[in-house]
Amino acid sequence: MTSRTAAPLTRRRSRLMALLGAEVNAGDLVFRGVAALFAITIVLVLGAMAIQMWVAARPSIAHSGWRFIVGRDWDPVRDSFGALPFIYGTLVSSLLALGIAVPVSLGVAVFLTELAPPWLRSPVSFLVELLAAVPSVIYGLWGIFALAPFLRNHLEPFLGKTLGFLPLFQGPHQGFGMLAGGIILAIMITPTISSVSREVLRAVPETLREGALALGCTRWEALRHTILPYARSGIVGAIILGLGRALGETMAITMVIGNRADISASLFAPGYTMASVIANEFTEATGDIYLGALAEIGLLLFAVTLILNVVARLLVWRVGRAPEGARG
Amino acid sequence: MKERYLQRKLVDAAVRGLCLLATVAALIPLGLVLFYVTSRGIGGLDWAFFTELPKPVGETGGGMANALLGTLELVGLACLFGIPPGVLAGVYLAEFGKHRFAKLVRFSADVMSGVPSITIGIFVYTLIVLRTKSFSAYAGGVALAVLMLPTVTRTTEELLRLVPEALREAALGLGVPKWRATLSVVLRTAAPGIATGIMLAIARVAGETAPLLFTAFNNAFWPTGLAQPTASLPVQIYTYAVSPYDDWHQKAWAAALVLIGMVLVLNVSARVLVRHRVRSR
Repeated sequence: MTSRTAAPLTRRRSRLMALLGAEVNAGDLVFRGVAALFAITIVLVLGAMAIQMWVAARPSIAHSGWRFIVGRDWDPVRDSFGALPFIYGTLVSSLLALGIAVPVSLGVAVFLTELAPPWLRSPVSFLVELLAAVPSVIYGLWGIFALAPFLRNHLEPFLGKTLGFLPLFQGPHQGFGMLAGGIILAIMITPTISSVSREVLRAVPETLREGALALGCTRWEALRHTILPYARSGIVGAIILGLGRALGETMAITMVIGNRADISASLFAPGYTMASVIANEFTEATGDIYLGALAEIGLLLFAVTLILNVVARLLVWRVGRAPEGARG
Repeated sequence: MKERYLQRKLVDAAVRGLCLLATVAALIPLGLVLFYVTSRGIGGLDWAFFTELPKPVGETGGGMANALLGTLELVGLACLFGIPPGVLAGVYLAEFGKHRFAKLVRFSADVMSGVPSITIGIFVYTLIVLRTKSFSAYAGGVALAVLMLPTVTRTTEELLRLVPEALREAALGLGVPKWRATLSVVLRTAAPGIATGIMLAIARVAGETAPLLFTAFNNAFWPTGLAQPTASLPVQIYTYAVSPYDDWHQKAWAAALVLIGMVLVLNVSARVLVRHRVRSR
């Protein structure tokens, strides 16, 4: 209402000034121009990122072609670059992380929006957000000296004994490996998934919730049959955002995954991720092709996270902009 | 009938219990990390840690003064390069952003905040380090600024949108040009909130390691200029943590304690600021 009156007022004023021969305020033009310039900067930086990475990766794309993403041999000395072990490591560690983090994060989101008493909500959600504020390198440090020894001495022997018939849980117990990487990633993406899901659950109209409860549903039934179906696409979006973070996470996972370019069925075995190989080898890379190969991994990572982000934002946005009939 | 009712109650209770359990489980790592960092780091904090340079391998003692200074330098540069453009872009989106172009900017900012920090490192490396042929504090600052930019922009926009339209109209009604109204009325009203957002953004980039690995790199000596490779706390923690020396591990924990202290202070004070503001309304 108010905004509708403001715009014509200013417009009429400047038109009036123009009529009187006075100039439209020069300061306004400059101000608007400068602000617009910086707004364009954001688009340009994103574009420049894509172009720079593409240019840097070109020697490698020309050199390796498709072999780059299906080849398993990574040997810079012989100019042989197959990034499959890194792609495999990134995917497996991220999926493992999702497997752990999704149920936990949804539990947190539901607890904070539907179940917790009001006085508890804001301190608990602050603590969950702090989980995201801890720097990645500190998770890595903790991973090296606390998590990995715990896995080696306790969790891996236990899993080996009880579930050892699965190839996932066979092999020597080293602590550093896919399992450690997946757990660290899970800890780091939990705040992302839970806070976005919480926003989504909050966007569900109160009338739906009340309606279900009034019909005699228990909290769980209301959640299961009305709230979750309504919020589904947004929750999928939250999970995809978490996946995007897991794929690109670098320091913590580099410090605990073991950094060996093997493809192994066992979660106990060391692996390597795309982000880790960039972090470890970039400053030592000599020659255009080697550097290009690392840049190409970066480009792949950039492209995948870009697509995931676009999809996730669209999904989350859909819940916020709910169908008219459902609004109270 | 009664049995069915009981069963529904039980399922409901079980789900409630699981959700509570999940919340507790999510917070356990936070407690563990804070506990480890404090208990292992506190022993390494002495006067030398804050005032001396790192000693070469084999010699014990020494400190991380250069990395502390380097982190301040890098974060300062990041603020210089990241905050003014971010705030102005936010102003554009909130005050003039009603076209398709603004949508594109908003979308780019959102997408940019999801780009992995390591790829930002590669981007700045090819953009600056390759051209100047040297790792530098500048390059590190730019990398961190790129990380900050989307957060600062979106926070500024959101907070400016909360400023009541009546304030704008009142200013314009007094005959003030729009740019003055925006700068001295609208922005000033939203300033505490924007400051909070900026503090959170600073807390985030202060702990970033990946984009610094091949932009600011590392340095064992005092920083002599902004065009030199520069040490930083996160990179130093990484280097020490993956080294085989016990003394360095101890230093890494101590540095982690300092870093996490900085991050927590920024986060908590940002939160207190927000709450104070809400209450004073």
